[in-house]
Amino acid sequence: MFRILKKSFQTGVVTETPPDVADAEFERIGIELRRRIDVRFSRSLAIRQVDAGSCNACELEIQALNNAYHDVARFGVHFVASPRHADALLVTGPVSRHMEAALRRTWRATPSPKFVIAAGDCACTGGEFGASYASCGAVEKVIPVDAKIPGCPPSPLELLQGLLHVLRG
Amino acid sequence: MTHSDQISDSDQMPRSAWLCEYLARLEDEQVMAQHGDARILAPAHRLELDPEGWATAAKVAAAMGLRHAGLWADCLDDSALAAEDRAIRMQACLEHAGDYLVLETQVPMLRPVLASQASIYPGVDRLERHAHDLTGLELTSQPDGRRWTRHQAWPEDRFPLRGDFPLAGEPVGRAPADADYPFGRVQGTGVYEIPVGPVHAGIIEPGHFRFHAMGEDVLQLEERLGYVHKGIEKLAVGRDPAGLARLAGRVSGDSTVAHAWAACQAMERATDCIVPARAQALRGLMAERERVANHLGDIGAVCNDVGFAFAHLQCGRLRERWQRRSQALFGHRLMMDAVIPGGVAVDLCDKVVEELREDHAQLKSEIVPIFDVVADHPSLDDRLMTTGVLSEADARQLGCTGYVGKASGLAFDVRRDSPYAPYDGLAMDGAILAEGDVAARVRVRMAEIGNALRWMDRLLKSLPDGPICAQLPEAEAGAMGLGIIEGWRGEILSFIRFGPDGRIARYFPRDPSWFTWPALERLIHGNIVPDFPVCNKSVNGSYSGQDL
Ligand code: SF4
Repeated sequence: MFRILKKSFQTGVVTETPPDVADAEFERIGIELRRRIDVRFSRSLAIRQVDAGSCNACELEIQALNNAYHDVARFGVHFVASPRHADALLVTGPVSRHMEAALRRTWRATPSPKFVIAAGDCACTGGEFGASYASCGAVEKVIPVDAKIPGCPPSPLELLQGLLHVLRG
Repeated sequence: MTHSDQISDSDQMPRSAWLCEYLARLEDEQVMAQHGDARILAPAHRLELDPEGWATAAKVAAAMGLRHAGLWADCLDDSALAAEDRAIRMQACLEHAGDYLVLETQVPMLRPVLASQASIYPGVDRLERHAHDLTGLELTSQPDGRRWTRHQAWPEDRFPLRGDFPLAGEPVGRAPADADYPFGRVQGTGVYEIPVGPVHAGIIEPGHFRFHAMGEDVLQLEERLGYVHKGIEKLAVGRDPAGLARLAGRVSGDSTVAHAWAACQAMERATDCIVPARAQALRGLMAERERVANHLGDIGAVCNDVGFAFAHLQCGRLRERWQRRSQALFGHRLMMDAVIPGGVAVDLCDKVVEELREDHAQLKSEIVPIFDVVADHPSLDDRLMTTGVLSEADARQLGCTGYVGKASGLAFDVRRDSPYAPYDGLAMDGAILAEGDVAARVRVRMAEIGNALRWMDRLLKSLPDGPICAQLPEAEAGAMGLGIIEGWRGEILSFIRFGPDGRIARYFPRDPSWFTWPALERLIHGNIVPDFPVCNKSVNGSYSGQDL
């Protein structure tokens, strides 16, 4: 127990000490995001992430939104386990044909009003994989998309900017 | 250059003792083998067999304790060939004591039938079913026989890797869910099923798990993967080397460096390209950075799955800082597209080398107290020790490598046992444990971080000067290469065959997850359902790397 406390105290709070420019920018965008989420979603934006065929690098960066540096929960953004609890779907990957039905069902299970955000080049345009016998390509070929966040993969900062963009729209 | 000498003249080839023994035993079993161009897949030795000897060759290999490192089929059905000359070529890679052997055989496309090796080597079961679904190769006595990679996106009698199958596919309308896949059943009073997925509850990849449980105990777990099949092998056909490297970097995004490296190594071997020493060193540096980042993230995630948030937050913080440095050094947080054919895309300046050494020292001092807690904390010990035990026999039978093998007593590591540049001049320390449980997999990964940091320091001390990239010579049609890299999950194989105009005709990346996914089905036996997430995380197979 003491070892844990010692390490925790030594580490301090990394979240609020922006060590570089990216973090200051992150903070600024985050606060704006928070304001919009407060107004439109009563202080909390629940996101259900769906990997519809990604190479898994997009997932790594979305996960990074939750680490101590970014800690998006403080801006009111949180990830939920069921589409039924979600305000928005954050979809990655080109939609593989084998995920087509599952993605449609997930979308139907999400209560309206709902947003769909395509994250990553694959989700926006089909990216490196495009459309083929195994892939439908961009997410909008399968379900309606409200916003796109390009990048391969988009960085946590770009993801946050993308979310903000949706809420502005 | 195909000169065929009989198996008995062991002229120019320097062969290890086991290979001679293996060849002698094949001869005893009357398996016809030809060396043909035995070095074409160097460092592996290639052996051409008659199709009739395919299963026997596996039996002999198993009797000698060789590890099966995977198999793949290659359609030789160029439209210029007459129908009766078209064929499917099957290759299987075996390994023993760091020496590789590739068995090869060919069956006519008009009657593509070959005996299965999966009853002898259960680890290759899904690879065979994958080969069938994509090329139409029929495997007799295949122990499972169900479809694997194919769901409902293309019909049963059409095969995407055949030359007559268009990349765009054939119109089938919306692909329905693969609802009637015949799962295995366990019946009895009190037995119930839990279907999970394909869409999972976290920020993770999709796949389906079918549990049969009684009370809390898992009686059987069956995995159904293939949901993120993107047609990578088909997309590779016709690409130029640079395009292939980009694709390889997206086979499994968390292993982007290792997969790109394996593909580039295969292309470089196929074209006799000499990669500059500095480029090799930088590839090694990036691969170890990738290893450290993933191990950090996963150690934290395993702890988080048993509610130990401290380690998760600390490791997540260290990983983030590490990735930011990768961004500053190599222009990408995951170092995507930094490995290119012939070398690397980004150089390091001397000033950065100094900073990197400081980085390593800092990380080393930071992980000591954290890993100290992870290695010795009553509540973690309680959840992680004796949980999800993979026996050495199972790990060996399935062909597990990487931390899954190492935690179950199998020390194999390509960097150590079949070293390639830069590991040939600068040895990497090994890590091995015998317990086979979740705790052992975590400990092996903690040890690997330490080893990687020490190794990178030594590498930076003597970083070679010179260019960072060589021109990849244009490949001859038919040239083949095999890349073998120790990624952070274990051994990655990458097979490449060139077609005309220096374009790719066949690419098959074999991620280590092909063997660790079946291991998960075994190690979960007798554990309780709530421990599945932590068991799964401790193995962390790649869905994308397996589904292709
Ligand atoms: S956008 Fe890039 S990182 Fe994301 S899934 Fe596609 S290839 Fe992977």
